[in-house]
Amino acid sequence: MTLKYLLEKEFKQFFRHQFMPKLVVLFPLMIMVLMPWATTLDIKDINTIVVDHDATGMSGDLVQAVNASSYFRLRDVTDSYEQVADAMEFGDADLIVEIPSGFEQDYVRNGSADLLVSINTVNTTKGVLGRAYIQMLTAEFSAREPSPAQAAPALVPRLEMFVKNMYNPLLDYKHTMVPGLMVVVIMLLCGFMPAVNIVQEKELGTIEQINVTPVTKMSFILAKLIPFWIIGIFALIVSMLLAWLIYGLWPVGSLWNILLFAGLFILTMTGMGLIISNSSSTMQQATFVMLFFIMIFVMMCGLLTPVASMPDWAQAIAAFNPTKYMVDAMRGIYLKGSDLADLWREAAALAAMAVILNVWAILSYRKNR
Amino acid sequence: MEKEIVIHADRLTKQFGNFTAVDRISFDVARGEVFGFLGANGAGKTTAMRMLCGLSRPTSGTGTVAGYDIARQHEKIKRNIGYMSQKFSLYEDLKVWENIRLYAGIYGMKDAEIARKTDELLERLDFTRERNTMVKALPLGWKQKLAFSVSIFHDPAIVFLDEPTGGVDPYTRRQFWEMIYEAADRGITVFVTTHYMDEAEYCDRVSIMVDGRIDALDTPRSLKAQFGVHSMEEVFQALARKAERTE
Repeated sequence: MTLKYLLEKEFKQFFRHQFMPKLVVLFPLMIMVLMPWATTLDIKDINTIVVDHDATGMSGDLVQAVNASSYFRLRDVTDSYEQVADAMEFGDADLIVEIPSGFEQDYVRNGSADLLVSINTVNTTKGVLGRAYIQMLTAEFSAREPSPAQAAPALVPRLEMFVKNMYNPLLDYKHTMVPGLMVVVIMLLCGFMPAVNIVQEKELGTIEQINVTPVTKMSFILAKLIPFWIIGIFALIVSMLLAWLIYGLWPVGSLWNILLFAGLFILTMTGMGLIISNSSSTMQQATFVMLFFIMIFVMMCGLLTPVASMPDWAQAIAAFNPTKYMVDAMRGIYLKGSDLADLWREAAALAAMAVILNVWAILSYRKNR
Repeated sequence: MEKEIVIHADRLTKQFGNFTAVDRISFDVARGEVFGFLGANGAGKTTAMRMLCGLSRPTSGTGTVAGYDIARQHEKIKRNIGYMSQKFSLYEDLKVWENIRLYAGIYGMKDAEIARKTDELLERLDFTRERNTMVKALPLGWKQKLAFSVSIFHDPAIVFLDEPTGGVDPYTRRQFWEMIYEAADRGITVFVTTHYMDEAEYCDRVSIMVDGRIDALDTPRSLKAQFGVHSMEEVFQALARKAERTE
């Protein structure tokens, strides 16, 4: 059984490396501690300037309402547009609310009044959310202070919503990100480390001595695969413990399902890394090719933007992205408590990719060319 | 009595694009011979050796090593040969005993046998105190001796040595050749390339490659007689002068 000797070698080399073993702990630590805060898509503290041409009690109340909201940071209140005309240009404000003169008068007499709102939409998410927030704010404002000119409010048909947030009741953005970020930890460790591993043996020349032995392709690739698999599972467990300690987040679903999915996902990543390593002649080449794929995988996996909102062609590409299935599965198991009955498609996709990529990895290792 | 042929090459050729690295070489090596494979840099020695070891596929021509076809049965050949590449290629981040154990294990030896033979080997080389030394910490001469010992640890029929003494001091070179003769005495056929002409004199037969072809092949004594000179150095100079290829 030559695998035993090859595995001994791989583990000794790994643990003797001055940096790699540290990386397996540092990586989950950095990503779990910092990234959930940094990857938030919550928009708060939009820099806002109010130009109040009206200067009445009602316009003053509206300014107060803006000031009180955590969504806006009131930078300035002025009565002249000229004074702040450049503010958006210079980045001092992303939202300018202009209250026309006669605002209070119109509202009291006619039951309606106009507001002029300018929003910086360089960042469309921020722009769209800024608009939604200011609409919410004005709706609340007019509900709180109904115009005397309005018809009896009881007769106006109104729809009211009662919302229940399922699976993440406090809408905590970190809870959405943490399971996805665990996938990133695994992807980076189990993608890059194998990608540079075999090609490093090529650069050092050690693979030549291996290639001239009767070692089978299968044993050689398995000896590369197994250590990374164990490393990936270890890094996942470290990440899960950190998520529990820091964010109080523990999977609603079964731990075994998480390990099953992680096991399959690591195989796909490691298989891909090994294929790239086999096909590259230098470490730089392997690193760049892997980086290219990792970028696409992260952008098209649903971690940051939902895959379902992507154009059809992008969704078609994402269907070949193992990370997409893994992110879906991790979020499902972590937040909803999904089990295999819900996630069998994801499991099947990952299993199929794991088989294909690893058979390919074995075939792409050439002992004779 | 007919000698048993363990390496046979018949018009063996390797092309890389338009460049013919090895050009229709034919020769036989008998069991137990120390066969010197000489040639200037870039003459095609390493490429030829890599084809014989099953690392490189011939473009055309045929050959057998240890009775197996080099194009089709290269993995069977690998069971029966040892190889020491020009560039030191043991694992520098493994200890001396760990490198021995790894390769012995790959060739299918059992733990107990590996442990016993490792002790014997280190004893014989007077190397027991370096057993736990990381290979990267060894001086070059010792690295080469270790690489050679590892390449014949599994008692192969043939060992291929690609410039095994490159950059090694004369004293260690001498020791190295004693090790080569010991291996030959045990019945291992030695196929060796070198740039040192004094080493060529130690070989039973030598071939000299020029521009991918074998231009001379005989015992050192016959070659010297044929060229009417007194040393292999002069034989080599006479042939290498004809080379048109530059590196």
